[in-house]
Amino acid sequence: MAQGNNSIKKILGVAFALCIVCSVIVSTAAVALRPQQQLNQELDRKTNILNVANLYEPGMDVEAAFGEVTPRVVDLRSGDYSPTHDPATYDGFEARRDPAASRTLSGERDPAGLTRVENFATVYLVGDPENPEQIILPIRGQGLWGLMRGFLSVEGDGNTIVGITYYEHAETPGLGAEVNNPRWQAQWEGKEVFADGDSLEPAIHLTKGGASGENEIDALSGATLTSNGVTNMLQFWLSPEGFGNYLARFRSGVAQDDAERADVEPEAEGV
Amino acid sequence: MADATPKGVITTPVFKNNPIALQVLGICSALAVTTSMSVSLVMTCAVMFVTAFSNLFVSLIRNHIPSAIRIIVQMTIIASLVIVVDQILKAYAYEMSKQLSVFVGLIITNCIVMGRAEGFAMQNSPGLSFLDGLGNGLGYGFILMTVGFFRELFGSGSVFGFTVLETVQNGGWYVPNGLLLLPPSAFFIIGLIIWVLRSINPEQVEENEYKMKHNTEPKEAV
Repeated sequence: MAQGNNSIKKILGVAFALCIVCSVIVSTAAVALRPQQQLNQELDRKTNILNVANLYEPGMDVEAAFGEVTPRVVDLRSGDYSPTHDPATYDGFEARRDPAASRTLSGERDPAGLTRVENFATVYLVGDPENPEQIILPIRGQGLWGLMRGFLSVEGDGNTIVGITYYEHAETPGLGAEVNNPRWQAQWEGKEVFADGDSLEPAIHLTKGGASGENEIDALSGATLTSNGVTNMLQFWLSPEGFGNYLARFRSGVAQDDAERADVEPEAEGV
Repeated sequence: MADATPKGVITTPVFKNNPIALQVLGICSALAVTTSMSVSLVMTCAVMFVTAFSNLFVSLIRNHIPSAIRIIVQMTIIASLVIVVDQILKAYAYEMSKQLSVFVGLIITNCIVMGRAEGFAMQNSPGLSFLDGLGNGLGYGFILMTVGFFRELFGSGSVFGFTVLETVQNGGWYVPNGLLLLPPSAFFIIGLIIWVLRSINPEQVEENEYKMKHNTEPKEAV
């Protein structure tokens, strides 16, 4: 190696030139590939939504099939559709970080381990938006190793489950990751969220040693903590803290003012 | 490494001087990504690409790299290549990139890449360095695929995602071995591979750094 290489001038020159060349390469790759990546993410999200609604078949035209699905933004506190948010642009992830658009949770009110939850969430309606065949709800919560994110689909009665799927989780392969085993997911179909017609507290849960009844699902064998995580996140998202008030709109037995009284007093949650 | 012939630099890292089995480098990612063969394959390709091209670029400018900042220069080149690979995977193999998650980014810290740039590319011509990078990527991939094969076959009953042993969860007869799905199992398999390779090539066995003392004799203890 030549001695001249170690002069200050040469060192700065080489470092500067290298940084320029590398940053140009990296940013070119990032910018050129961004549209393709966003397309993938969007397609992945839509595929998951169709999947949970049992509408997905491998090789189908996802974009075309997604035409039947209408996204709507729901106010989690009241259960009403938001008149101000555009479902195409509303981003729950951003809202979660904004103290004005989210609230903190702690202790018993936070079974899913979320600590913050947005005030508005995007739901997906299959069929006629006024009288949907299926309502697809985004759910998330802590599993064993990290946050699990997925979708739960219920029928238009706001009670009967169509399916569940997780599109993001870090559970142990072969044990907790079996949440995405189609055979396990298949037993969700036809189960019911609530035990009786006018209850606002969800009864659906995972149980060990053979599920019986309309509100029980077999727990994942060897994955107690993942199973608890799934139960907890359903308990949270289907309760009045989550989509409980919204689902009450579709359930026949629940009077609207019942839902109102069980509301979670959002104003008390100042941050 | 005296025999720097094009054929030599490609084949020796696979069996004779394997980066994982002999030099015991790059173990971390070998534990993490080998639960299924298809993921191992993508990881292998990514590492081969990065080692080959980082070797090439480092070798191209090796006469201009000031020795004072050579490690940083190598790291910058490696890191840029890894980001490019990560972006390409996200764009064209989205499912795979989701499974590999952070481990693509962690190629930056893979000692094999750095080791070859510093140990080989700094002294050799670009063409030879490129082949050396490919060879070491192959050596890494050979171990990865072998480990992945056993872990996927006995852990999930399939090979490349195709079911070979029908598992109990899916209504078959095979009770999968849960240990093989967890990272420690890769340690056992890599250990066995090292044993096999060193039995075939006894010259790979390292000399003991110290002699172990005899156990205490029974009468001494009394």
